[in-house]
Amino acid sequence: MKKKNRSSKNKTETIKGLLFLTPNILGFLVFIVIPIFFGIYISFTNYNGFNKMDFVNFDNYIKLFKDTFFITAFKNNIFYTVTSVPLTIIASLLLAIALNRALKFGGFFKTVYFFPSITSMVAIGIVWSMIFNPTKGPINMLLSSLGVDDLPKWLSSSKTALFTIVLIVVWKNAGYYMVMFLAGLKSIPKELYEAADIDGANGIRKFWSITMPMLSPTTFMVTILCIISSFQVFDIINITTKGGPGQSTKVIAYRIYEESIKNLRFGYGAAMSFALFLIIFIVTLIQFRGQKKWVNY
Amino acid sequence: MLYPFAWMVSASLKYDKDIFIYPMKWLPKSIDSVLYNYKTIFTKISYGLFYLNTTKLTLIITFIQVLTSSLAAYSFSRMQYKWRDKIFLLYLATLMVPWHAIMIPQFVIIKSMGLYDNHLSLILLQSFSAFGVFLLRQYMLSIPKELDEAARIDGCGHLRIYWQIIMPLSKPGIATLIILTFNSVWNDYMAPMLYLESKSNLTVQLGLSYFKTQYSMQYGLTMAATVCSIIPIIIVYIFAQKYIIDGIAHSGLKG
Repeated sequence: MKKKNRSSKNKTETIKGLLFLTPNILGFLVFIVIPIFFGIYISFTNYNGFNKMDFVNFDNYIKLFKDTFFITAFKNNIFYTVTSVPLTIIASLLLAIALNRALKFGGFFKTVYFFPSITSMVAIGIVWSMIFNPTKGPINMLLSSLGVDDLPKWLSSSKTALFTIVLIVVWKNAGYYMVMFLAGLKSIPKELYEAADIDGANGIRKFWSITMPMLSPTTFMVTILCIISSFQVFDIINITTKGGPGQSTKVIAYRIYEESIKNLRFGYGAAMSFALFLIIFIVTLIQFRGQKKWVNY
Repeated sequence: MLYPFAWMVSASLKYDKDIFIYPMKWLPKSIDSVLYNYKTIFTKISYGLFYLNTTKLTLIITFIQVLTSSLAAYSFSRMQYKWRDKIFLLYLATLMVPWHAIMIPQFVIIKSMGLYDNHLSLILLQSFSAFGVFLLRQYMLSIPKELDEAARIDGCGHLRIYWQIIMPLSKPGIATLIILTFNSVWNDYMAPMLYLESKSNLTVQLGLSYFKTQYSMQYGLTMAATVCSIIPIIIVYIFAQKYIIDGIAHSGLKG
């Protein structure tokens, strides 16, 4: 009697638990989980959004290695990643260290530096492309008044466009990661620095021997988040350059958008997005493997 | 750091011919140019309608997000049943999938449901994030179990415990979720660009980007429109920056 009671109680608890989940899980299954599997399926077909949906094996994936546009986009993305990630980390770490020391206006500067990271890429892209305007923009006006003859063309030249975008994104995101570094800095025990003072360590020594090792879990997390987001960059490019001039700012996410939404090659586009997912996954996995060498918990 | 914003506000107050003067003058010569810029964007380009659309989307999505995520988070953190942890693991796993991996299939599904160029498409796609469930579950786990046990002895059912005990105690977590959702919906560009087409449906960000292509030579107007698109974010930021910054410092996740 007692046993039966308990099992029926478990059953009602399961039903109640699932009922609480229902409103969310329905949407979650239909609009997130099913699309993931559907996407994998599409990537093996030649689906174009209308009638055609034949199975084509690995054709789409093989095509990736021959698609010169994709290879260019891949190279551009690697350039974007290896420049934007270190620059963002250095900028946000320096900001965090400076703010951690500033007592009087620390809160105010934190508010100010964080602000760009919550404004939209559209607004930021529009404002910066005016500031970087090669003929009239305030930056080149300043440079020319300083006597620079060979003014950089920023977003309008295929040589400098991608790096200009890197600068804009670093400016936008530094405050976001600064907040994480600040939380990390706050958790370092003060006693460590006091002990180092007694031993006569100078500021640089303290930074490399205490701050950096103690901060390494935060640095690790920031690095991972930065790299992941660097492989997904899209908005700023669509606002400022649309992949140009030429192919110079075409990154992987832009190439996916172009092929699938504009050219309606859904199958090939899906294959590219899963290739990108695989790249991100492998890079993250390598970092988790390598963390033992430099991250202290 | 703030220079671009200052420059933007200053440019939005001036006529085009005065914007690029060097050395720069921060204030306009007269009030006429201010009135002209800000009046034009609301009369000529129905910017007010874009505002209304975005506000509507933001409110609905934030409401559904908070309601369904908090129910699910309650289920994951307060109830004991068989498949609970496996289902939660599924939620966590999807957090790692980047948006463009599901962009195409989502697009195909929405089109086949006939929701293209309909606000429902964005509402359905953005109301059910694993992130919201994860954030609120973490928060609810920190509320002591004794509270709901005491309530259960007094004869309270789950719905009442959820509504009268757990929800009030999760206020800071819910506030963080509200703000982050508001912010991401308001600033979203990619999804509206994919799903909305007719002019009467556009959101502020989308309107702004079309504005940029159409009136690219009218700098003062473009800057006035940009200023208007940022104002709601500034207001929310002033009142709720604690929740935004705490949420990021502790979760390390972007919405």
